[in-house]
Amino acid sequence: MNTISSLRPEHSLTTEPSVSICAPAARAARHAAWVATGLAVAVAASLPWWGESSWMREFVEIACYLIFAMMWNLLAGYGGMVSIGQQAFFGLGGYAMLALGNFAGVNPFIAVPLGAIAAGLIAVPVSYVAFRLQGGYFAIGTWVIAEVFRLSFANLSVVGGGSGTTLTALRGIDKATREGVTYWTALVCVVASITLVYLFLRSKRGLALLAIRDNEVAAESHGIDVRGMKLAVYVVAAIGAALAGALYFLGNLRISPDAAFSVNWTAFAIFMVVIGGIGRIEGPIVGAIIFWALNKFFSDYGTWYLLGLGLLAILVTIFFKQGLWGWAQRRYAWTLFPTQRRLKL
Amino acid sequence: MIDTLLQGLLLGSLYALFALGLSLMFGVMRLTNVAHGDFVVLAAFAAIAITTVLPWHPLTIGVVLLPPAFGFGYALQRFVLNGTLGKDPLPSMVVTFGLSIVIQNALLQLFSADPRSLDAGTLATESVQLGDGIALGTLPLVIAVVSLACTAALQMLFDRTALGRAFRAVSDDRQIAELMGLDASKIYALATAIACALIALAGVLQGMRTTVSPSDGPLLLLFAFEAVIIGGMGSFWGTFVGALILGVVQQIGFYFDPGWGIWFGHLVFLVVLVVRPQGLFPRTR
Amino acid sequence: MSGALIQTRSLVARYGDAQALFGIDFELHAGEVVAIIGANGAGKSTFLKALTGMVGVPREAVRYGGEDIGGLRPGAIVRRGLTMVPEGRRLFPSLSVEENLLIGGFARRSGPWNLVRLYALFPILKEKRRLPAMQLSGGQQQMVAIGRALMSNPQVLLCDEISLGLAPIVIKEIYDAMPATTAEGMSVVIVEQDVSVAQRVSQRLYCFQEGRVALAGDSNALTRAQISAAYFGD
Repeated sequence: MNTISSLRPEHSLTTEPSVSICAPAARAARHAAWVATGLAVAVAASLPWWGESSWMREFVEIACYLIFAMMWNLLAGYGGMVSIGQQAFFGLGGYAMLALGNFAGVNPFIAVPLGAIAAGLIAVPVSYVAFRLQGGYFAIGTWVIAEVFRLSFANLSVVGGGSGTTLTALRGIDKATREGVTYWTALVCVVASITLVYLFLRSKRGLALLAIRDNEVAAESHGIDVRGMKLAVYVVAAIGAALAGALYFLGNLRISPDAAFSVNWTAFAIFMVVIGGIGRIEGPIVGAIIFWALNKFFSDYGTWYLLGLGLLAILVTIFFKQGLWGWAQRRYAWTLFPTQRRLKL
Repeated sequence: MIDTLLQGLLLGSLYALFALGLSLMFGVMRLTNVAHGDFVVLAAFAAIAITTVLPWHPLTIGVVLLPPAFGFGYALQRFVLNGTLGKDPLPSMVVTFGLSIVIQNALLQLFSADPRSLDAGTLATESVQLGDGIALGTLPLVIAVVSLACTAALQMLFDRTALGRAFRAVSDDRQIAELMGLDASKIYALATAIACALIALAGVLQGMRTTVSPSDGPLLLLFAFEAVIIGGMGSFWGTFVGALILGVVQQIGFYFDPGWGIWFGHLVFLVVLVVRPQGLFPRTR
Repeated sequence: MSGALIQTRSLVARYGDAQALFGIDFELHAGEVVAIIGANGAGKSTFLKALTGMVGVPREAVRYGGEDIGGLRPGAIVRRGLTMVPEGRRLFPSLSVEENLLIGGFARRSGPWNLVRLYALFPILKEKRRLPAMQLSGGQQQMVAIGRALMSNPQVLLCDEISLGLAPIVIKEIYDAMPATTAEGMSVVIVEQDVSVAQRVSQRLYCFQEGRVALAGDSNALTRAQISAAYFGD
């Protein structure tokens, strides 16, 4: 019988990898990786002074894909809730940022995190509806909810209805400054998102999350507030998705319901996470990079490209259950963001 | 108003055909086929492709498509989807999501984005008079009859036959069912095969009733899903009634504004989900 | 030893990383009723699961009717005449009493057992045959589970803790039905928590302790003291 076991990541008390690496060497490698990452961030921050503006725009776009994928990964891989409707919050984040910027006179760069939080909090009432469903039906139910938002905003003439509207609040700023600050905003958002997710998963709450994901009933009997945790993860993921949305439309300057609430966002997130490996922090990062690269070289092929993406997702799911990064991790025991707890006897 | 109601019921009966297959697959093996709507569209385009070569009436083509659809569903489940089943709903969802994208883009490549339809001939233009000056189209009536018959047949299959017993048993407890000698992977394959046959029928009828384009799939999935939830899980008659309700609600929405029909349907779905999450006619397990 | 219907030699079995059985030697002869007793976690259920293919073991580990059947799929084993009444009954909630019985006959072999005969054995089931199986009392559900197993006309019936959760009088009623089942030569293996019931009903007895056979012998020859010692391990 050929069964594919869960795509879920391994967790505490797993056996050692088949390729043994002695502990001090592994730790040293990790420290080196951290230093390298820090340097990379510093170099990236200086980009507006020596880089081309197209690079900055590309980065902003990758940043949005990455944050959205990470949040989807948090929700599905760690929270155990697979959603095809996260684009609801992506779009809400975009519109919230636009509303704050255009109508409330808030500085758009500040409006990004503010809008994200405002939009993300809508996840609370949404959860009252969505949590009535489980598993596959939860996934489709969230999609319906996203569609409701899309159709509703398409009827809202104050934000341009179906054809959308522009972010007027940035009109006064010159292009170079705008692009530079947008880029920095994106950089800050990416670093913040990754850091927060990493810290969260390493915390006691993160471990509780894994327990819930593996066996809800058992977790509840140990005093873990399952419902509360799931709600917390859902809200956090929503805020994150909204952040990605706010950032995207900050860079894009134009928003419309079809672009904001398109299910393609979730499709891309699924793709990135599956390719990179679900449930690992580096998974979405690897997936986002691969996705961006594929986009760069093949998106001109239109339908063939998308067809290829779909096929790739299917094949990776069937043959590389842990994603490509997960497979590499197994083979070479790489860990950039260790959230596993190993019992060393 | 009566006219809107009747139109809604007829629309709903087509939605029921969409929903039966989804309900069947989820009921037997907890599998959510994200490509469900795209299969319907695929069937419609397959029929359209056949009409370019053979001058048959769409209904004939629909019947002819049943065996290959059955085989396709069987093979898909047996060799691809069975491997994705398990405690984790993600693999099956990713694979079917991938299938959805593949189908949509393949159809786009083969047929372009233009909406097409199947020429149902006189069936599409004829109507039946019911006093009070109300006329019902013959095609919608045919669809309603087909949908009713399929629901009844499926319910009877489940309740009265050995295969239906087998479906219910593997759905309840796969391990013990296998202990009794049932082969779950073959039974699952049969379930998907039947679902795909229903889908083929639905696709051809949809193509006759209205136009289809390659990206229609996801919306049809949502309709099918809403019908199942409104009606309540566990019973095909429940799904049928849920679909009728959805059709009526949408039709009422359309009456007020062409852009509101679908949105109104979504809203009612959400209301039912909040107020009565088990659906209107759930079968307790 | 020749003539044994079922034979295991040094059977080992695992649940994932944990080893549950450490070398079980076991025999069942045609027409016998053999009991397996032991504390919780001793491996009794695991042993039955190994016999019926629900837990993987090497091919040669289990010999049945002259054939090595270890690790075969449960369906294949049922068709060879080895059927289990699973622990906890595990009836199908979506099926009625009669439907549960009928599905037991899915892999039916030729033999005397059919619905009519089952209803004669357990008349209460006939009365309640259209009800959903889970609506019956615990004892009646156990009858359904046994009947479901009998419908395949097994040569060997394995009963995993069928008295669990039942009142003594109900247990007696169920075990009183056993002679009717063994009359035609069916062999039975029962896993039992209740030692006195096990001794009364069986001809031979094995006592498992932490995955090993701690004691084996004729049921009426073993003393209380011997059994206690083996049960709890000294």
